[in-house]
Amino acid sequence: MTGNMHLGVEEPIRECQYNQICTHNSSTMDTPHTKKKKIKRKWQVFPGRNKFYCNGRIMMAKQTGVFYLTVVLILVTSGLFFAFDCPFLASNLTPAIPAIGGVLFIFVMGMLLRASFSDPGVLPRATPEEAADIERQIDTANGPSGPGYRPPPRTREVLINGQTVKLKYCFTCKIFRPPRASHCSLCDNCVERFDHHCPWVGNCVGRRNYRFFYLFILSLSLLTIFIFAFVITHVILRSNRTGFLSALKDSPASVLEVVVCFFSIWSIVGLSGFHTYLISSNQTTNEDIKGSWSSKRGKGNYNPYSYGNLITNCCAALCGPLPPSLIDRRGFVQPDTPQPVAQTNGTGACPSNQVQSHMT
Amino acid sequence: MATEFHNLQELRHSASLANKVFIQRDYTDGTVCKFQTKFPSELDSRIERTLFEDTVKTLNNYYAEAEKIGGQSYLEGCLACLTVYLIFLCIETRYEKVLKKISRYIQEQNEKVYAPRGLLITDPIERGMRVIEISVYEDRGSSASSSGSSTTSSSGR
Repeated sequence: MTGNMHLGVEEPIRECQYNQICTHNSSTMDTPHTKKKKIKRKWQVFPGRNKFYCNGRIMMAKQTGVFYLTVVLILVTSGLFFAFDCPFLASNLTPAIPAIGGVLFIFVMGMLLRASFSDPGVLPRATPEEAADIERQIDTANGPSGPGYRPPPRTREVLINGQTVKLKYCFTCKIFRPPRASHCSLCDNCVERFDHHCPWVGNCVGRRNYRFFYLFILSLSLLTIFIFAFVITHVILRSNRTGFLSALKDSPASVLEVVVCFFSIWSIVGLSGFHTYLISSNQTTNEDIKGSWSSKRGKGNYNPYSYGNLITNCCAALCGPLPPSLIDRRGFVQPDTPQPVAQTNGTGACPSNQVQSHMT
Repeated sequence: MATEFHNLQELRHSASLANKVFIQRDYTDGTVCKFQTKFPSELDSRIERTLFEDTVKTLNNYYAEAEKIGGQSYLEGCLACLTVYLIFLCIETRYEKVLKKISRYIQEQNEKVYAPRGLLITDPIERGMRVIEISVYEDRGSSASSSGSSTTSSSGR
């Protein structure tokens, strides 16, 4: 809820039920630009390194080249399958084959686009007041420091289900990261339940899009195996009639499909298997790589987030509630609100200066 | 009682500066959304402890309801998966429904409980679910000393 916005100092303060006073000092910082009628949407002033499309509806990482490669590979391989192999298979075996293939293909593309285009669970950066409040708490906790004294690393310890977890302070976002959150250096955002940054998907994989990512790789494994199996079947059936070499000549696309599928299967099926293991133990790739919950770290080190039950872990990851996006990409920037800490100054307001000028 | 201020400098130096109190998240139950019910000292003279705790506890219950993993969420998840998540173009997720309830609750609390005491709660969703921000407004007629810490006078929104 925003207070009364009074940029013009000549206007009388509107009477309210409570003495809500506009203490905006943005008028002193105002440049003529902020008074113009064009109001920006929040994605336009987003401090992270993301790209936005469709007026903020689509959100991706900065480097998207590999994502386009993924799309092209899937489209081309599936396209060739439907164009060259399916007619033969439909007429000689059953039309269910292209039907199932079609359903799988739609599911794969749907999940890929959903994983790539959605907000992975980015945590918005702290507002200047929040950042100041946290700084104050850290300073009182650490005690006074001299000019040359390097303050100790900022951490907080929390006891979660009997396990001590360290919360780290993010210097970029000016927040204490929630448990399981991590800062993605490529996107320059803190992401909740950060799994990894996937270049194939062109986005971070985090709390909000992990299930789409998992369903994507799972369905892609099935699609790859499906195409591989039925292309081989097609070539074999044709070879029985016309001989192997002429079968290949009649259906050259099959060779390409087999090669692509053969090399993809190892990596994608392997990745699906790995993520199935992660889901069943309720870990993230990040935690697994760091060995956060490994017993090698010490006796009694266990994963406090696991529900203990394989089925429950899977259901929670895949069928749990889908949290909303916290960054409100398409909302409008309130012209008087100072922007959270950004690398570059936002709408003319300098948040850090504002905070310091009010420290008495 | 409309008072006219001729410049904002005068405003800032008056006794009516706003202060902000932040209620942080409580992570002892894991990553579920839950706020600390510890009563901040800055609100000591402004509001009764029980009222404050009631508000925070109700909010925590709402968030727990939103994030509950049970029959309904499974149904929603499976249905969504079968429709390639296109169903969310038509219907709202349960989380979104609960967030709307929370919004209405906070508005109601502001009108009935907090505004008469010169306080204002900001919906946590506007702060990335990190904090409950409570803005403290000074009573214009009261003495100049502000309640709570006087070392930081943060800028108002």
